[in-house]
Amino acid sequence: MADRRQTTEKNMRTMFFIIATASIAVLFLIMLFLFKEGLPIFKTVSVKDFIFGKYWYPTSDPADFGIFPLIVASVLVTAVSGVISIPLGVMTAVYLSEIAKPRVGQIVKPMVEMLAALPSVVIGFFGMVLVAPFLQRVFGIPTGLNLFNAALMLAFMSVPTICSISEDAIHSVPDALREASVALGATQLQTIVRVVVPASLSGISTGIILGLSRAIGETMVVLMVAGGAAMLPRSPFDPVRPMPASIASEMAEAPVGGEHYYALFATGIVLFVFTLFFNIVADYLAQKYAQVGEASL
Amino acid sequence: MPVDEESLLEFNPAYDKRRKIKQSFFFFLFRGAAVVNGIALLIIVYFMVVNGWRAITWEFLTQPPMESMTKGGILPCIVGTFCLSFGAIIIALPIGISSAIYLNEYARPGKMVRLIRLGINNLAGVPSVVFGLFGLAFFVVILKMGVSIAAGALTLGAMSLPVIIGATEEALKSVPDTYREASLGLGATKWQTIWWVVLPSAMPGILTGAILGISRAAGETAPIMFTGAVFFTPKLPTSIFNEVMALPYHIYVLATAGTEIEKTRHLQYGTAMVLIALVLGMNLVAILWRARLRNRLK
Repeated sequence: MADRRQTTEKNMRTMFFIIATASIAVLFLIMLFLFKEGLPIFKTVSVKDFIFGKYWYPTSDPADFGIFPLIVASVLVTAVSGVISIPLGVMTAVYLSEIAKPRVGQIVKPMVEMLAALPSVVIGFFGMVLVAPFLQRVFGIPTGLNLFNAALMLAFMSVPTICSISEDAIHSVPDALREASVALGATQLQTIVRVVVPASLSGISTGIILGLSRAIGETMVVLMVAGGAAMLPRSPFDPVRPMPASIASEMAEAPVGGEHYYALFATGIVLFVFTLFFNIVADYLAQKYAQVGEASL
Repeated sequence: MPVDEESLLEFNPAYDKRRKIKQSFFFFLFRGAAVVNGIALLIIVYFMVVNGWRAITWEFLTQPPMESMTKGGILPCIVGTFCLSFGAIIIALPIGISSAIYLNEYARPGKMVRLIRLGINNLAGVPSVVFGLFGLAFFVVILKMGVSIAAGALTLGAMSLPVIIGATEEALKSVPDTYREASLGLGATKWQTIWWVVLPSAMPGILTGAILGISRAAGETAPIMFTGAVFFTPKLPTSIFNEVMALPYHIYVLATAGTEIEKTRHLQYGTAMVLIALVLGMNLVAILWRARLRNRLK
């Protein structure tokens, strides 16, 4: 009897361990297939010409596979969205954890979570049919589907990420620190700016990086709102074509196993490397500067 | 904020007034930031509802699209989204719960756990369109599933895995250790403890996570564009190897690729409203349920 229980116990443990490695397996398979389907393009185009090539005409003959405009578009859209989402997200987090009364917090917090739950296609649709005509009218520009519009929409998609991770970080700052600061005569604002935020900076940075990572990988919004022109933009109101938009819109026409198909997978590799980099930095920050009690301050 | 030494030594009314005004101003800004998020949510939902509710009729919900998608309803899209998201959760839930059980109940801190967590974190960060590429190359082409519910659900399932693992771990952590100790003290093995004690108490939290997972899967477009959803198919799926229409993809198609984009505007709003109602409804239930659970545990 006891023996059988021990065997079951061992088997269960092994089974759970094997299943727990599924996430690594999936991640590995994703990389495997990205490289398997993406690397063949480098038989026709050199890595340098692919990444720094200024022309993306995948369907002309001969085709041009230069994704530099797509990379620039992705980076710019993410950067501009960060200018909006970072202050908004961090300030909301500070408000929720330091200033808001619990009752107010109980209303605002679910709203931020619901903002995260809005399907990206709905936000894209909103940007397309309502924000674009609005921008076009207000700024008198030829098209409302442009870099700025996409960045604005992306900002509201990354705010919830930035906000919730920052809030957790701020929440984990021990109360003793706040009390010490207030006891020295500091106002609540002085306490927030000089004690609470510095103490939770690593968590806030992790949130910001993950928020930006979400923005650079987001597909539907940039597909519907960014305008789709594979050119280097001259102003924030120029249409652009970030990497995910290019992949999503062209994959349907690209025949499986053709050069265009390989080129889109290679674009996927570049995008994947960007987000992987963001995530590893975030993970490193979270591990290295993890707040353990009050001792490390 | 310059603090001159004088102000630290004795009470300085002018300085005190200045910093109080400063505080009110900045608190106003912080509050404003929080309000902006709420307003953004309300504006989006408001416009979808105002423009969409008139499209919602019984026919709209129960008819297939007609006359090259300029009339008719969205029944195939509702059915398709239902199949894809439930398929995804059926795949992701057992794997996700088991992973969380291993991480929270069995694993001891070490390199392996660190590696698994790194894998989960990075999986959570993979862009949705890259999941689409993966699904296309692996499920559709190599495993020869074609564009089908099976391929779409597997892709979405892989994507929901980190969400399910995270929610389950949180649920498992909220089960007090005394429960485990009591069970082990009575002579139960670890597995018996997990099965009879830990899982039942964690179940509501796990189900909340499952609801969030389904709602997220239901709203995703990019992963199913190449793997499960198609532009148009009038018939409802009869097997998991059929292709389907899906709500999010339908919105995208109508809004960008239709022949008469302006003419189908009301259908686009209607579809968006159905999707929002579905996703936010599930989220609201999950969020409220979780808040109640947390309060009860306190």
